[in-house]
Order: sequence, then structure tokens, then C-alpha cells
Amino acid sequence: MRKLLVYLKDYKKESILAPLFKMLEASFELFVPLVMAAIMNQGIQQKDLPFIWKMAGILLLLAVVGLSCSLTAQYFAAKAAVGFAAKLKAALFSHIQRFSFSEIDEAGTATLITRMTSDMNQVQNGVNMVLRLFLRSPFIVLGAMVMAFIVDWKGALVFVVAIPLLSIVVFGIMLITIPRFRKVQEGLDRVLGITRENITGVRVIRAFHQEEEEEKRFHISNEDLTRLQLIVGRISAVMNPVTFIIVNAAVIALLFIGGEQVDTGHLTQGEVVALVNYMNQILVELVKLANLIITITKAVACGNRIQAVFEMEVSQEFSETEAEENRKDEIIVAFEDVSFAYRNAGDEALSHINLQVKRGDTIGIIGGTGSGKSTLVHLLPRFYDVTKGRIRIDGVDIMEYPKDQLRNKIGIVMQKAVLFKGTIRENLLWGNENATEEQLQRALRIAQGLEVVERKEGGLDARITQGGKNLSGGQRQRLTIARALVREPEILILDDSTSALDYATDARFRKALSELAPKPTIFLVSQRTASIQNADRIVVLDDGEVAGIGTHEELLEHCEVYQEIYHSQNQKEVQRA
Amino acid sequence: MSKKQTGSTAALKRLMRYLLHYWFLLLASLLMAFISVALTLYLPILTGNAVDLILEPGRVDFAGIRNIAVTMGICILITAAAQWIMNVCNNKMTYGIVRDVRRDAFDKIQRLPLKYLDGYTSGEIVSRVIADVDQFADGLLMGFTQLFTSIVTILGTLLFMLLIHPGVALVVICITPVSLFVAAFIARKTYHMFQVQSETRGEQTGFIDEMIGNLKVVQAYSRETASMETFHEINDRLEKCSLKAIFFSSITNPATRFVNSLVYAGVGIAGAIAAIHGAMTVGQLTTFLGYANQYTKPFNEISGVITELQNALACAARIFALIDTEPQIPDAEDAVVLEQVKGNVGIQDVSFSYVPEQKLLQHVNLNVRAGQRIAIVGPTGCGKTTLINLLMRFYDVDEGSIRVDGHDIRNVTRNSLRDSYGMVLQETWLRTGTIRENIAMGRPDATEEEIQEAARLSHAHSFIKRLPQGYDTVIHEGSDSLSQGQKQLLCIARVMLCHPPMLILDEATSSIDTRTEIRIQKAFNHLMEGRTSFIVAHRLSTIQEADVILVMKDGNIIEQGNHEELLEQQGFYYNLYYSQYRNSN
Repeated sequence: MRKLLVYLKDYKKESILAPLFKMLEASFELFVPLVMAAIMNQGIQQKDLPFIWKMAGILLLLAVVGLSCSLTAQYFAAKAAVGFAAKLKAALFSHIQRFSFSEIDEAGTATLITRMTSDMNQVQNGVNMVLRLFLRSPFIVLGAMVMAFIVDWKGALVFVVAIPLLSIVVFGIMLITIPRFRKVQEGLDRVLGITRENITGVRVIRAFHQEEEEEKRFHISNEDLTRLQLIVGRISAVMNPVTFIIVNAAVIALLFIGGEQVDTGHLTQGEVVALVNYMNQILVELVKLANLIITITKAVACGNRIQAVFEMEVSQEFSETEAEENRKDEIIVAFEDVSFAYRNAGDEALSHINLQVKRGDTIGIIGGTGSGKSTLVHLLPRFYDVTKGRIRIDGVDIMEYPKDQLRNKIGIVMQKAVLFKGTIRENLLWGNENATEEQLQRALRIAQGLEVVERKEGGLDARITQGGKNLSGGQRQRLTIARALVREPEILILDDSTSALDYATDARFRKALSELAPKPTIFLVSQRTASIQNADRIVVLDDGEVAGIGTHEELLEHCEVYQEIYHSQNQKEVQRA
Repeated sequence: MSKKQTGSTAALKRLMRYLLHYWFLLLASLLMAFISVALTLYLPILTGNAVDLILEPGRVDFAGIRNIAVTMGICILITAAAQWIMNVCNNKMTYGIVRDVRRDAFDKIQRLPLKYLDGYTSGEIVSRVIADVDQFADGLLMGFTQLFTSIVTILGTLLFMLLIHPGVALVVICITPVSLFVAAFIARKTYHMFQVQSETRGEQTGFIDEMIGNLKVVQAYSRETASMETFHEINDRLEKCSLKAIFFSSITNPATRFVNSLVYAGVGIAGAIAAIHGAMTVGQLTTFLGYANQYTKPFNEISGVITELQNALACAARIFALIDTEPQIPDAEDAVVLEQVKGNVGIQDVSFSYVPEQKLLQHVNLNVRAGQRIAIVGPTGCGKTTLINLLMRFYDVDEGSIRVDGHDIRNVTRNSLRDSYGMVLQETWLRTGTIRENIAMGRPDATEEEIQEAARLSHAHSFIKRLPQGYDTVIHEGSDSLSQGQKQLLCIARVMLCHPPMLILDEATSSIDTRTEIRIQKAFNHLMEGRTSFIVAHRLSTIQEADVILVMKDGNIIEQGNHEELLEQQGFYYNLYYSQYRNSN
């Protein structure tokens, strides 16, 4: 959390002034009992009406000054907190943007989103509260004691005893309850987990008539949660009564000591009242402080989580200077003994891959799930960096390209068809910001996306809602393909990205793709032999290793894994043939 | 509005029924609240009396102070005890009711017709059982006691003040409404700002969701800078409107404190003047000042509590709506228990639809003889699960009947009907627990040998043995320790152990690697031997080997027959076959 505070530095003035004005307000509040004491001593006992009015004026003045100080403080606090949160958010967002896929996988996008949103709000709230209240409450507590000393040192001794006692009770109870609250949260999570599991599995549960078993499981967790809640409740229940006893015992003590001091002429009646008032003020502030600390604990926890994201280092570096590529070379992509392991994974996802790809060729990549197909193509744009070996594109090691130069060569269509809020045009322009209308139309035509656009009201300017929810899976997929084509990339990667297209559309798309001129080099990842069997060469992956490379016919003859895949998908045909 | 009102009253009534179990705690809590408030208010009077005994040098009545101190001490102890008892009662009552409501809600879910559950996302129902219950407990019960103590405090303070000095009390009564007015004014003014803030915040969250959720795509297209720019634009707007909203809403506190100071000053002057005229002692003034200090607090609390109560009632209404939903029709008392099922299934003139406006199955007839295989095919979303829903009696047919071995399934106990089927769905569901527990779900009494045998027959034994804890490996919700295919194998083993006479199988479409798929296929084949099977089929071989193929489209069965017959018809199946299943040529 501490490291995050650098983002407050542009709000130094506000962060200092806010608590300062808050303390000013508190000081004025501390004067009130003294003024009252004066009213009682001088005004009432000497029946001095003008004095009372004067004092009343002072009370009013204190209230007005207090209000304006407080408003100033609130403004500065709000400004600092909101500004801080905005800066922090922008910094975190930009930090996350630089994450490589390894970091994204490690943190998980859902977590990153929570850090950016709800955690941020908690931190903002915490900073705001701290600036406003954190100094005020201790200041009033200590200030009340100081004032008591000014009034009478013997009476003040009661404060010296009472304040530490109160602090021990309040903070002691908090220390005991906070970890137990965490336990309660865990209990609640368990109850939540069972409920969710039950609802998602309702069909299976009923099929196996497990209803009563489920009820039993739920009741156990539910009772457990209640028990935990009652334990915490029992401890917290002690707080109010005990503080009440301490404060009021202190008041009784003040009355006795005050009485003695008045008797001996050291103190006036009004001053005794002032002492009692100070004691009551302390109680109010301590309760506020306890609530504040809970807010702060939450904010600090959230802040630490945010900091943990900041501490995740960006593992990739890209060259700054443009690389001298050779676009004439016959070999466009070369994998040279490439191995790759995902971070924190024991085994290699790819081992010793050697592959040379000719410019303009179509390479089919096939294998079961987890065989490393997607991983292989993700290495090309450096979504992940190879752990051993190297990859060359246009004769240059991909580690030597600047980020944009490398990625602009490649158009990738991922498995999950993702579109963004905005118009269809805006989405297509992601491929190439400067694309002409003609280029957009051409890309749509190849991707079989023209009819998608025509069917939407507004054509290219039709709105896409968040996540592309107003389009069907097939429509989305065609637009994501078009988006990649708009780039007119040297290398086109299709990562299992025609799964939602019906056969006829898929066939038309593949035909249009093969007629492209100049033809890009295409990597076609698929689970189905039918989709890739016309490729110039097919790479068969099995458990991260190359099980065979060749044309469909060659592989059918020599490659066992390919045969197995092919036959499992085309059993009848083979038997008939 | 009136509808909402009745909803709230209904919710209140329902809550009262739960409260009734805890009537003793409730009464105790209210009584203790009353005692503690009354004594808390009485203490300043005692303090005031004591102050009146401390006049000036030589005029201090120590004996009197001692007497008052004793009374004070007793009051303090009683108050503290009352507060403690009240807290304990409230806790027991609140958490007890939360537990009861959750239990009833969960138990009800087990008995709700699937029609109801399918109408909501799982998240919605979970949030009712968890979040709504929490909120209503906090709001309603805490709010209730707070409201009660606040009202008692206000009335008590007024009473005591009027008793001591009606004139000064009047000053307090006149100034107080200002505080309420100010708070209401600020709340109204800031409402708009809060709305703008929450809209902008929503916009930002949406943007973050989109850009970080799909960061990989953003990076693939080098859109980092562009998305950063948009982010800054939204962020700046949010900063501005947040500042306004937060600042203006934070005025409430100082403003009411200011009014409080006015009350305090007012009491001071009025009291002092009264004291000069001898209508009041200094001690009484002290008491008044004590009251003035805490008098406005309950007002602020009440306004907060009332919004909270409204919110809580809305939550309570939602959760009670769930609990009060009509459960599925229970089994008839004379319902037949299916035993020794042969596996003849007759579907006679069945019509069914989820919503009356949208007709699905209409007058479907199908006779399945024991041991036959029925393949259900059709494009995604064609309603294949509808048939499963009806066979398993997750839903009841609207017209016609489904019979198993001649018994109308509505006259059969649900448990014996569902026992007759082994069901393997594509969405594999495993319960948190060990692998052993999951396999034995349908037969908790199964021996270790039987469990392992079932796993072996399902081709699951070999991978289970390779897991670090073998059969004792614990599976969590959404845990990644098992692949999708492995989970499916476990689901098959679970059915394998039960030896059901009939099967409902849902073949996986994709996302399972070829080798596991072959294993699953083998396991399925083994499972289907001699059993009546309904298969939602995706694989050509399964379809061709079926005795009957049901072709479904848009929720209805449009063609029915075996492979050859359907090809001859040259209808929908014919097209489907040539486009989807034979696309390799």
C-alpha cells in the first residue's frame, strides 16, 4: 500500500491542508466546553446578561468557523482522494496494458478487472476518510486531555487513566474480531459455493435424487457460519457496555475530584462541568475511530492487492530500433529448435520444434486439445517468448523487432470471437487505422461478412454492443476474420476460428482466401482434419512435439497420430472405402 | 406504488413469522433497549444533580455526591448489562433468522420445479440466498432495533427536557427540524451528482471490463495506446464528477454538526438566562447540554435507517418470493415405484412448450422398445434438451403422456423414474469432494471394488490412479486439475456404477482431444449395451448405428426414422448429413 502513496504527491497541498483544517475545526470544538464554563461561572453566578450574549456570540462564531474549516477540509480531502484514485487507476491501467500474455494468464483478467474497479473504489474511499478523520479523532481525544490539564491537573489525571483504558478496550476488541471476521467471510464463501454448485448441477442432483444429501451439506455449512457469526457477535457485544462503564466511572471520579477541588477553591462549578463534557466528547470520538479503522483495514487490504499487480513485472522487452527485414526471402517463418514452457508449469508445452515455412504457403496445424497448437502460433507475434531456440520472420530473429513492426506483420483471429463496443467500422479499423472504404469492403467480402453488415441497420456504422452480444457467434466470427484481413498482413493466423460457421460459408471463405493475391502466409489451426487437408503442409502436434509434417496424403500414409485423428473423425468413410 | 406497498407488508408479515420463533429474544431485546435508553438519559440528570451540590469553596455536599455516585454506579452497571444483553439477543435473533431463511430457501430450491430455476441465471438465485439475506438481516433487524432506540431516545429526551424546563426545551424543539431540513436538502441536491457519477463509473467499468477482459486481442492489434487514450478521457470525466458528488455529499455531516452547535448555543443562552432568573440550576443546564449534544443524533440515524429499511424490505420480498414459490407437485401417495424396468418407453401424442405463446413439441409420438438406441440430432439450439427434460420429468408434458413399461411417468415416483435412467450430460457437473465420493454419488453404499470396477469400465481408472491422491483427490468447483474429458469420464463412471436400465447421453461436441474422445466413445458403447438409450448425437457413427433418429429443429421433431429411411426422404436430415457430417469430401 505504501508504494501507492506516490500517486498522492501531486496532491501534497490538499493532503496536508485537509487534515489541518479538520484539526482546526476540532480545536474550535474543544473550546466550546470552556466557553460554557465561562457562561456558568461568570454569566450565571454574577448574573451578567451582556456577558452571556457575548459568549453566545462566541459560540456562534466557533460554529461558523468550524463549519467553514470543515467544508474546506472536506473539499481538499475529496479532491486529493479522487485525484489520487484517478492517477492510480490510469497508472495501473497502463501497467496492465503492457503485460505479456504470461502475466495476463498468471493474474487472470477477472482479477485484474476487480483490482481496477472495486478495489480502487475502496482505496479512494479509504484515502478520503483518512484525510478527513484519521487525525481528527485522536486529536480530539488528546486535545480533550490537554484541555483538561489546562482546566485542572488533578481532574486531568482521570483522563490519563481513562483514555488508555478505553483505547485498550476498543482496539483490543478490534484486534480480536478482525481475524474472526475473516473466518466469517470464509464461512460465507463456503455457503455461497455450495449454493452455486447446487444450482448449476440441479439436473444431475435430481437425476441421482441427491436433494436430501445436498440439504445436509448445506445445513452443516450454514450452521457453521451461524456459529462463527455468533462468536464474533459475542465479542463485539462487549464493546459498548465496557466503554460505557469506563467513561461513566470516569465521570463519577471527576465529580468527586471536582468537588474536592471546588471545596478547596482550586476550581469553579462551571469548570467541573467542562471536565465532564470533555469526557463525553472522548467517547463519541473513540467509537468513530473504531469504525474508521475498519474502513482503513479494508482499504489497505485492497491497496495491497493493487500494489501486488504493480509489482508484477512486465517480463518482455522489445527492441526500440527498427529491424532490417528481408521480405524477398523464400522462407518467411523459421522455427529453430523452439521449446516453450508456460510460466509456473512443470512440463514444456512445446519441445524442439523445427519448421520452415515458405512465403505464401498455407500451413495446417492439427492435434488434440493441449497438444500445443495455439501455443505454437502465439509464439509468432511474441504473445509468449520461447524458452529455448528461436524464431525468425523475414530472416530476422523476432526478439529484434520493435513491438509494432512485428505485430503489424501478423493478423490473428483467435478462438474466441471478440468484438468491442462501437460501430462495425470502428471494429474493423482495429486492423488498420488508415484502411480505405475499399479495403474494408474487400476484407468483408473475403470473410463472408458482407451479408452480416448488410443485414444490420446502418451497415458499417451499425452499433455493436459490449462483447458483440447483438450478433450471433457466426456473425462475430466473420467480423473478427475481416478485422484481421483489413490489416492485409504478411502472415494470417486462423486459430480454430471458423467453428461457428456452417459448412457452406466455411467453404466459400476458404475458397476466397486461396484466391487472395498477393497471398499471405496462412497458419490454419484446427481440430478437424477436414478443415486443413488442403493445406500445403500440415504439422501434426502431439503432446507438444511434432508427430509429423507433410501433406494430407503423406501423413495418412506415414503418421500414426494423424491416422488416428483422421479415422476417429471419418470412421464410416474409411470402412466404406 | 400500492403494489410495492403490499409487497412490503407481505414481506413484513412473513418476517414476523420467522421472528415468532424468537419472540422471547425479541421481547428481551426491546425491554433491554428501553431500559438502557431510559437509564442513559437519566444519567445526565444525576450528573446535573451532582454538579448542583458542587457550588463553591465550602459549599460542597460530599455526602450528597456520594449518594448520587452510588445511584449512578448502579445505573451504569444496569445500563451496561442491558446493553450487553440487548446485543447478545440481537445477534442471536439476527443470525438465527438468517440461518432459518437461508435453510428454507435452500431446501425450497431442492423442491422447485426446474421451470422456475431455468427462468433465472444461477447468479441471480445465489445472490438471493446469499446477498439478499445478508442485506435484509442487517437492514431489517439492526435497523429495527436502531429505529426503536432512536425513537425512545428522542421521546425520552423530550420528556426529560420538558420536565426540567419547558421553555428551554422549546428552543431545542424549534431548532431541530432545521437539521433534518438541511440533510434532506443536501440529499436532494446531491442525488443528481451521484447519478452522473454512477453512470460515468459504469461507463468506466464497462470499458475496463472490455479492454482488460480481452487484453490479448487489444495487444494482438497493438491498440494499447488507443485504449489508453479512451481510458484517460473517461477517467478525467469521472474524476470531475466524483469530486462533485463526494464533496457535496460530505457536506451533510458538517452541516448537521453546525445545526447541532446552534442547538447547543441556543440551550446555553436560554438556559443561562433561565438560570439567572432562578428558573434553572447550573446542574440542570449541564443536563440540558448533555441532551442537546446527543439529541440530533437519533434524527440523523432515523433518516438513514428508513432508507435502509426500505432497501431491506425489498430484499426480504425477493427472498420470500423464492421461499413461497409453489413447489413441484409432490409424488402421489399411490405413485408406483418402478422396479425391474425393461426399458420400453412410449411417447403418446405429447405436446409441450416452455411458454404458451411459443409452441415447441406438438403431438409427438414415439415407441421405443427395450434396448433400442435413439439418436437425437439437429443444429444447436434445436431443443434437444427439451426431450431430456421431459423424459426425466424435469418438466411435465402439457398434453399426452410418456410411459415407461406402460406406466404414465406422472403416476410413478420421481426417484424411481430417475433411478431408471443413467444420465451423462455434456456440461459435466461434479460435486466438491473426492473422486470416490463423486463416482459413488448414486450408490453411496458401493464397495471400493465396485467403484474401481466402474471406473475401469469407464476408462477412468488409469488416469485416476495417476493423480497424486488417486481416488481421494479432492475436486473443487472449477478446479483445473482435471480436463474436460476426464471429468466426463468420471460422470460416465458415476452412471456405470448404478447399472440403470435406460440411458440419456449427451455427446461432447468439441474441446475434447481425440484420444480422450475415443475413450469416452468406448465407455459410452459399453454403457449402452442392452440398454434403452437416448443419445444427443454429434458423431456420424452414433447416428448411423441408431435404431431411430429423431431430427429436431426449432424445438420440434421434424423427421423420425433410421438413417437409410431419412436419407431417402431427402429432407432436413439429408441436407444436414451432406453439409455437416460428410463435409470431408
